[in-house]
Amino acid sequence: MATVNRRVLPGFRLSLGYTVFYLSLLVLIPLAMCYIQAARLSFSDFWSTVWTERARAAYGLTFGASFVSAILNVFIGILLAWVLVRYSFPFKRVFDALIDLPFALPTAVAGLVFANLYSPAGWLGRYLVPLGIQGAYSRLGIVLVLTFTGLPFVVRTVQPVLETFDAETEEAAATLGASRWQIVWRVIAPGVYPAVITGFALSFARAIGEYGSVIFIAGNRRNETEIAPYLIVELLDQFEFSEATAVAVVLLTISFVLLALINVLERWSKSHAS
Amino acid sequence: MRHEVPSRLRPQREDPLWVRVSLTATATAILGLLVAVPVANVFYQAFAEGLKVYWDSLTGDPATLHAMGLTLVVALSAVALNLVFGVAAAWAIARFRFPGRTLLLTLIDVPFSVSPVVAGLVFVLLFAAPEFFGPWFREHHIRVIGGTSGLILATAFVTLPFIARELIPVLEAVGPEEELAAASLGANGWQIFWRVTLPNIKWGLLYGVILCNARAMGEFGAVRVVSGNIEGQSQTLPLRVNMLFQDSKTAQSFAVASLLTFLALVTLLVKVTLERRAGAKAMMGPQELAPEAGVDQPVANQSLMGHGQS
Repeated sequence: MATVNRRVLPGFRLSLGYTVFYLSLLVLIPLAMCYIQAARLSFSDFWSTVWTERARAAYGLTFGASFVSAILNVFIGILLAWVLVRYSFPFKRVFDALIDLPFALPTAVAGLVFANLYSPAGWLGRYLVPLGIQGAYSRLGIVLVLTFTGLPFVVRTVQPVLETFDAETEEAAATLGASRWQIVWRVIAPGVYPAVITGFALSFARAIGEYGSVIFIAGNRRNETEIAPYLIVELLDQFEFSEATAVAVVLLTISFVLLALINVLERWSKSHAS
Repeated sequence: MRHEVPSRLRPQREDPLWVRVSLTATATAILGLLVAVPVANVFYQAFAEGLKVYWDSLTGDPATLHAMGLTLVVALSAVALNLVFGVAAAWAIARFRFPGRTLLLTLIDVPFSVSPVVAGLVFVLLFAAPEFFGPWFREHHIRVIGGTSGLILATAFVTLPFIARELIPVLEAVGPEEELAAASLGANGWQIFWRVTLPNIKWGLLYGVILCNARAMGEFGAVRVVSGNIEGQSQTLPLRVNMLFQDSKTAQSFAVASLLTFLALVTLLVKVTLERRAGAKAMMGPQELAPEAGVDQPVANQSLMGHGQS
């Protein structure tokens, strides 16, 4: 098919050439600059920049909060996907559409509204703050808003997998005497968990890079509620290009490792599914 | 077929009623607290000080008005750039096989996994850092960082995958037969594109454009870094929201945020409508817009807005 197409259909060189040109100009060269800039630092300079107390606290918070929110998203995502695929209830279409809202809503709005909701005078904060639960300007707030921004990932990866399950397998298991729990754990869970892992990884990766929503609600106190992307912006605002780049390279490298991991997972789960 | 079996003989696949009710209630409560309540709160806070304050904060503030215009210009430019790219990339990837094709697909996804802040940073390095082209640009009085072009570049970077990612599976699902027929009848490249390809992919294209636009208008991190964040000059709507928030102008900040929320709701509405259309088509001809048609499409289409569930 391929060779026939290239001879008959026009535009191969033009379209591929433009694609590579545009990608190089907008993505590859700029990202390479980041590494080149970081490479100007000697190793010890690089290390002393990316491993300060402040930076360590920021990584710890970024990864910790992202991890917790991704785990929360796993549980919420499985529940939402299950309800969406298996049950019918009123306003299901609205329910379905709302799940995608975190992707469509600008992150600045998410941050703004979450900070307001959980502040002492906010709709939720007025009940939670007296109980000692500080949702705004705290680490809890960061987790909350990251859970919001990552909400759709697990749902939308698990949902199509659940939809492909046919009734016969479950009925066969039931006929053979399996209890409801056994069916859930032995029949359904093994089919779903590759998708769950993919959804988790996507949600985690998204949370690590998230900036807009977090800075509204975090309070951004040094060594306490300051995430790594915020640290980069702070350094840039002080024209500390090298320092900012060094921290960015750390973040960027981790993103790439995660991207590779997600691709491997995807391939692995696909080969398992077939 | 299952319906023919009398229900009392059929092994139970359905959960018991109490499980169904409690799971649905929990799911609805979570979704309500996490998504519906925030949306309601945006509009409540925006109108909390009355309609007049709302109206004045949107139309009476020159900086906000400028931010609206700038957001439109930046988003439209970024979408236009990525539209041309998306069509070119989809044509190359969906219609031809060549070495490095999978690598190219992965590269298109890269902006999704880069923090928006880092995306902004790389352009600052490129155009403003003293080590690279910064001095040259300064000498020639070309202002990218802090200017509109910098905002467009950063936004285009962040939203680069959307349209391409949407078009590749659609184009693969349609198949090249009609284009091959057109070519054999003597149509030239542009004729094939305008008369055969474009009508086939127009809904996917529209969908990609809508998603790309929503993200472009709402982009914060990348824009924050490349913009000088100067009122009435290099401030987009999301940056405006942030500045008003920091100045403790809550009602004004929420008024601007309500515009962006409205945009998000419209985006969702269009998405649902287009998906229903795609679903109806899929019933007529199973190959059209089939979500899993891509041979080796990586995971990212899920990461857009989960267009896979039609």
